[in-house]
Amino acid sequence: MAGELASPAAPPRIARGSSRRVAALRLLRRRLIQAVPLMLGVVVINFVLIQLAPGSFLELMTAENQVSDPATIALLRTTYGLDDPVWLQLVKYIWALMRFDFGFSYRQNIPVIDAISVHLPATLLLMISSITLALAVGVAAGVVASMKVRTFWDTLVSVAAMFFFAAPSFWLGIMLIVLFSVKLGWLPVGGMATIGGTSAGAGGVLDILHHLILPTLALGLFYAAIYARVMRSSMLEVAQLDFVRTARAKGLSRNQVTISHVLRNALLPVITILGVQMGTVLAGSVVIESVFSWPGVGSLLFDSVSSRNYPVVLGIMVLGSLVVIAANIAVDLIYMWLDPRIEIR
Amino acid sequence: MALPLEVRGLCTTLFTRRGEMKAVDGLSLSVGAGETVALVGESGCGKSLSALSVMRLLPDPPARIVGGEVRLNGRDIVPLPEEGMLAIRGKEIGMIFQDPMSSLNPVATVEKQIVEVLLAHTDLGRWQARARAHELLELVGMPDAARRLDEYPHRLSGGMCQRVVIAMAIACSPSVLIADEPTTALDVTVQAQVLALLKKLQADAGMAMVFITHDLGVVAETADRVVVMYAGRKVEEATVDDLFETPLHPYTAGLIGATPVPGAARAERLADIPGMVPPLNALPQGCAFAPRCNRVMERCRQERPELTQPAAGRLVACFAAERG
Repeated sequence: MAGELASPAAPPRIARGSSRRVAALRLLRRRLIQAVPLMLGVVVINFVLIQLAPGSFLELMTAENQVSDPATIALLRTTYGLDDPVWLQLVKYIWALMRFDFGFSYRQNIPVIDAISVHLPATLLLMISSITLALAVGVAAGVVASMKVRTFWDTLVSVAAMFFFAAPSFWLGIMLIVLFSVKLGWLPVGGMATIGGTSAGAGGVLDILHHLILPTLALGLFYAAIYARVMRSSMLEVAQLDFVRTARAKGLSRNQVTISHVLRNALLPVITILGVQMGTVLAGSVVIESVFSWPGVGSLLFDSVSSRNYPVVLGIMVLGSLVVIAANIAVDLIYMWLDPRIEIR
Repeated sequence: MALPLEVRGLCTTLFTRRGEMKAVDGLSLSVGAGETVALVGESGCGKSLSALSVMRLLPDPPARIVGGEVRLNGRDIVPLPEEGMLAIRGKEIGMIFQDPMSSLNPVATVEKQIVEVLLAHTDLGRWQARARAHELLELVGMPDAARRLDEYPHRLSGGMCQRVVIAMAIACSPSVLIADEPTTALDVTVQAQVLALLKKLQADAGMAMVFITHDLGVVAETADRVVVMYAGRKVEEATVDDLFETPLHPYTAGLIGATPVPGAARAERLADIPGMVPPLNALPQGCAFAPRCNRVMERCRQERPELTQPAAGRLVACFAAERG
């Protein structure tokens, strides 16, 4: 049919990708600019909230150290700037933040940033592994359920998703400990490394991964349940669209159509939810960390709240918001990569 | 030699909670090489389901072929298993759909969507397939074809999307092309271009084409023969000239009368067919068209008229037409 058009050479590939890269960079720039007022709002709100909390850390600090001399207390008040009006304290705090000075943790006697940076990697590790697990398991289960709709497998996925969605994560964590650590003895009860074990090299990495399994399951399965449900309905919805019929009219098998046409379109709502949930994953990790004695910012936050170590609390809030905002920007970029229709002018 | 497409007594039933409905009831149709047969009727008369039956792409549930044959180059494809159909769809039969914008995957490039069909049915390598995709885009008159290969569908107009869909449908030089209202969603000027393109492609390749439409203007322009369907059944078949000159079935006459004629006095009221297409699960006992027919007789309400041959090359299912 196209005999008269026998041009053997394929046309050169036009650098379409580069225009998408430009669009992605533009999106990145816009989101970064938007992040500045957002962060400012986070700082102000958290600062005010802590001011609203009854008592100051000074009372606890002096009581614990049995300091009752009014002169010493007055000196401490001046040292920590507690005599300044609240607005001035806020301005000073924001000014300090701009120089990455998060204040001083009286309890550990180190700068707040040092106290947090010891714990932050553990939390990030837990978050990333949980989200990865949730996406992998959730998407796979959703795809299987949608391809075997109204069969045993579909029901199995639904029931499992309902269970993990309904189970509170702390309870699930304790049950996992009971089963895998106490009864079976396969996995450690808690912590991030074996006490007295090697912490260097491949052995150390494996040891951490070994400790990571249960907290990841406890935190990630809840989200896997959500993604499985969303993915299933999204797959079924996309399968009804016209272009799927077009793909089948080309002579592609059902599996080919599912993988190369339905899947990518069906992923979009899952990615949207993922972005929204970044904050709750961080919040959830606080609970899981205390169940598994995971040395992340969650346990630091818990300790700091109970000891009224407010500079650390505030620092965790601010850094946590930064993590959530950064994760959301990453999600936006992934979404853009998946859906070429998103173009920022 | 066997005809490219021969449908005999095709019955497709919808199995729904409210009962079984005969969406296509005993449809017969034959299309020769290079011939265009138009399938005409109102919405819900079974045109599209007939086409999907031929492609074996019925939404199952609820629709299923319950009888009849679909002979493709002499071979009945109704009993074929799904795997057998994979080698036929896109290779021996191509299909073009109504809404070109939604017929393309929004997150895949034009190239990927055309190359896919080539890789499925030919021995071409990835690179050769890309070259062939480029040729095909030029063949369907895509402006700036080389650049369009890397575009996503949302960057293309409706007419350009339809050209891509046509390129995919003819990629493997099928012997039968089914076009299901290919111009309905397009602007009038683009409609004319797409129709001209389809006619040219068909003439060059000698494809048999089934053209589904409710637009009689399009029928007059493209078809050699016309099959008029009503409530799942063929009620009339004739060459396009005979049909427009002397429509035998009152329904056909009604359809033609309901088509606006350019230049006709504006004050003149456009004729219409009173009433609505009856729901498939509540068809009247006799002729399905009887309640809306202006030539209805007592017999029409009792018996269902079968197809008769009043003249060579013509078929009609109507008692009134038989009487003349």
